[in-house]
Amino acid sequence: MIAAVGLAVGVLLGLLLQPDVPPAVQPYLPIAVVAALDALFGGLRAVLDGIFDDKVFLVSFASNVLVAAFIVYLGDQLGVGAQLSTGVVVVLGIRIFSNAAAIRRHLFRA
Amino acid sequence: MSTPYGPQAPGPGPQAPRPLAPAGTSPSGWARLGRAMRPRGTRSQVLAGVLCGLLGFAVVVQVGQTAGADLGSLREADLVRILDDVGERQERLDAESARLVATREELLTSSDRREAARDAARERSQLLAILAGTVPAVGPGIRLVIGDPDGEVPARVLLDAVQELRNAGAEAMQLAGTTGQGDAVRVVASTAFVDAAGGIEVDGTLVQPGYELLVIGDPATLSTALGIPGGVLVAIDTAGGRATVTELDEVRITALRQLSDAEYARPADPAEPAAP
Repeated sequence: MIAAVGLAVGVLLGLLLQPDVPPAVQPYLPIAVVAALDALFGGLRAVLDGIFDDKVFLVSFASNVLVAAFIVYLGDQLGVGAQLSTGVVVVLGIRIFSNAAAIRRHLFRA
Repeated sequence: MSTPYGPQAPGPGPQAPRPLAPAGTSPSGWARLGRAMRPRGTRSQVLAGVLCGLLGFAVVVQVGQTAGADLGSLREADLVRILDDVGERQERLDAESARLVATREELLTSSDRREAARDAARERSQLLAILAGTVPAVGPGIRLVIGDPDGEVPARVLLDAVQELRNAGAEAMQLAGTTGQGDAVRVVASTAFVDAAGGIEVDGTLVQPGYELLVIGDPATLSTALGIPGGVLVAIDTAGGRATVTELDEVRITALRQLSDAEYARPADPAEPAAP
């Protein structure tokens, strides 16, 4: 419940503040968001599996975001930023889908 | 509504909803979810809330960023591609613009040329109309008045005068009687002067003496041509008339001549070889 409230508060804050993304962060924010989504779904799955651990959640959340951003940064430096971003998004997307499937099996037994 | 199986029977069937929490040893997913959602002040709940808030914030910010995407948020490669596109389009538009300008120039030139040709043709036709006597004419010239109270000046003398004036560059002439009776007659290349009873017949019109000849041309040249020793004035004098020449700045020739259509002659193409 607190998680849902936090989500709502974050969305409201973003809508109200309408902050400008600093240029240095601009290329990494989209990937970081996708990575965080992945971590969130992973956490939800862990809750349903009964193995949720806040430390693991925090670490996976932070490391997902950082690694995704780092990969994009590395790709930009190597000149393959666009392709690497696509790759990261594809992998994270697959993970989100499999997590979502596990959650669905838990909740709907299907 | 009836089906082969009869009215639908109440009760559990193959399509009956599954119970949400079937009896079992392990708690169901919903129960776990419910328990996890129950607000408690534990560390993990607060942590999850904070992280979820962060995620929501980031998502909204990124969505706003994407919605207001301008060139600043694009990658270098994309920018290069856009620049290429713009350059290409500009080249295409430049080429089209050059083509249109050329077409415009062409049209202007051709219209100028047509205009010039039309002007030349109009000028030529006016010149020819003056020569043929079909339009009124105005310009500097002289007035030659021949007083002839006794009707002694013959047509020959008048014809001589006209020939002399033509030699001197007369461009348009008209002959009238000074009595004010009868019409003025335009004198053109084909005009004939014939002695007649009570005057001179000019192109079938009787002109009674005396005579007034209006001439357009260089006044000095014309009057000089008339006044040469043994010339027209002398001839008129000899014939018994009294000639007066007045140089005028503006002579108006209003008498017109009807043109008859050419019956046999028609314009020939100068480039066409003559028939053998």
